[in-house]
Amino acid sequence: MRNKEEKAKGALHYYLQSTSGVVGAVLVLIMVIVAICSIFGFTPYDPVEQHIEDILQGPSAHFWFGTDEFGRDVFSRTLEGMRRSLTVSITAVSLAATLGVSFGILAGYVGKWFDQLVTRVSDVFFAFPAILLALAIVASLGNDWYDTALAIGVVYTPIFIRVARGPVLTVKEMDYIKISRVLGFSSFRILRKHIFPNVFAPIVVQVALSLSWAILTESGLSFLGLGTQPPTPSLGLMVSEAQPLAAFAWWTLVFPSLFITIVVVGLNLVGDGLRDALDPARRSS
Amino acid sequence: MTPQPLLSVTNLGISTVQDPRTLVNNVSFDINPGEAVGVVGESGSGKTLSALSILGLLPRGVGVVSGEILFNGKNLLTLKPEELRQIRGNEIAMIYQDPMTALNPVMKLGKQLLEVIASHDGINGQSDDRVRALLSEVGIPDVNRAMESYAHEFSGGMRQRIMIAMALLLSPKLLIADEPTTALDVTIQQQILALVSDARKKRDMSMLWITHDLGVVANLVNRLNVMYAGRIVESGTVEEIFRRPKHPYTAGLLSSLPTSTGTNRERLTSISGVPEKPWLVGNSCGFAARCSRAQSRCHNEIPLSVVKDDSTVACFFPLGSK
Repeated sequence: MRNKEEKAKGALHYYLQSTSGVVGAVLVLIMVIVAICSIFGFTPYDPVEQHIEDILQGPSAHFWFGTDEFGRDVFSRTLEGMRRSLTVSITAVSLAATLGVSFGILAGYVGKWFDQLVTRVSDVFFAFPAILLALAIVASLGNDWYDTALAIGVVYTPIFIRVARGPVLTVKEMDYIKISRVLGFSSFRILRKHIFPNVFAPIVVQVALSLSWAILTESGLSFLGLGTQPPTPSLGLMVSEAQPLAAFAWWTLVFPSLFITIVVVGLNLVGDGLRDALDPARRSS
Repeated sequence: MTPQPLLSVTNLGISTVQDPRTLVNNVSFDINPGEAVGVVGESGSGKTLSALSILGLLPRGVGVVSGEILFNGKNLLTLKPEELRQIRGNEIAMIYQDPMTALNPVMKLGKQLLEVIASHDGINGQSDDRVRALLSEVGIPDVNRAMESYAHEFSGGMRQRIMIAMALLLSPKLLIADEPTTALDVTIQQQILALVSDARKKRDMSMLWITHDLGVVANLVNRLNVMYAGRIVESGTVEEIFRRPKHPYTAGLLSSLPTSTGTNRERLTSISGVPEKPWLVGNSCGFAARCSRAQSRCHNEIPLSVVKDDSTVACFFPLGSK
């Protein structure tokens, strides 16, 4: 059982064996590259530049995804929108994961009143539909991208609290944690080095899944007019603006929607792949 | 002439916090430097709780209600949590019953052992060598490979050896062993006993060995405390207790041990009845209900420990007396 080949098979090996994981990773990677292109200005046109001559042109060699009603290049705008969506989502999920995992692990480990408090507060957050809560927070904060990120981050924190707290309850009763205390390890060391790595797997999976939800929420907020403001492009906003044009200029609606779909499906597949790779029980040979 | 004891437990009482139920009552014993002391008792007799209270790690909902625990002259019950943490692992270490779940499954062994040093002295250039030296002392065959291995790659016996290495890493003055051989095969059990015994003598370390098996401790410890229903009913040197048990319970325990010398194919004797719950004993001898020598006085009065020479017994009608 214990040969070198067996040992070399880490989580990556198992990840690469899962078809959905690989497909998802490729999709997400394409979207990330696309977003990076827009950061460095590698877009064919300025996303807010208006080409008055070429209003509502269909896809062509000049304008790959066509132009919208102000003659702006849909391709450049989609890239820029993807960048904003990813920026907001990654910021939001980092915030949610950091806060949620810290509170979740601490609540599970400390227990008593602290656990009660944290669990009850996150229950209250859970009681609201995510988009509604995010809407309320954005409405009271403002429309900058970091306001949206903060709103989405707060909304997704309770999920991370739950995902982190549950396994801690099991792990903290294990003998090796008791022995860590018997041997005089400090609580901080036990939490950081002995409990966190044991509850790491479900958190990683949750990060991938939350990213896809965060992108949907961000698009939803922009669609409803509470996220990114015109003329700055955002995938949700583009879908919203394209709605009345859809009947005769399908490209204005299809391409941003397609990008949202690809990145969300991709992240979900990555989540599945990670779950399979990190859970020994689900590993298929 | 008596040396200052390393650990001195006096009148220790442990009870549940809510709806108080006495779990350990009036337990006193000393451990001298370099001495090995055994605590023998059935499940629920309070032996593990007494040991955990020394480390300040009683389970939630259970607390010390009386007595004091002096270690090197310091009362462990009044130390600040941080001071107590420094003592744990450093000066008092413990090995547990079940080695199967006692190692962190996601951490390489070498790193796990280094954690012990890191949490007290801090890692330095020699830390790695210290870990290797201890692993080879406890009989891990390929130390270099073991350092890079995970817990699941070791058998139960090997894991218990690793646990012992972990406990000995910082050369504690006192090692508490809570039935560390119960979960192992009898042959492995013997090896572990020999290992602990050698390591102890080499370091002149004191030891508190908790077990329900008199046979295990016979060759391992100097003194024995027999616990029953939350009290120490008899204590003395191993020789004294094995040759001339005074408390009827001790005598019962001894006669229920299988012997290799008996020629008759006789049944093992057992003590009839079940052990009394410590909190239901009240004003009586806990063993009275199962004792063949019990008289009315045993049901109405708590027998106090009577000291004679080097031994004590808590019985109104001890064996070997009229």
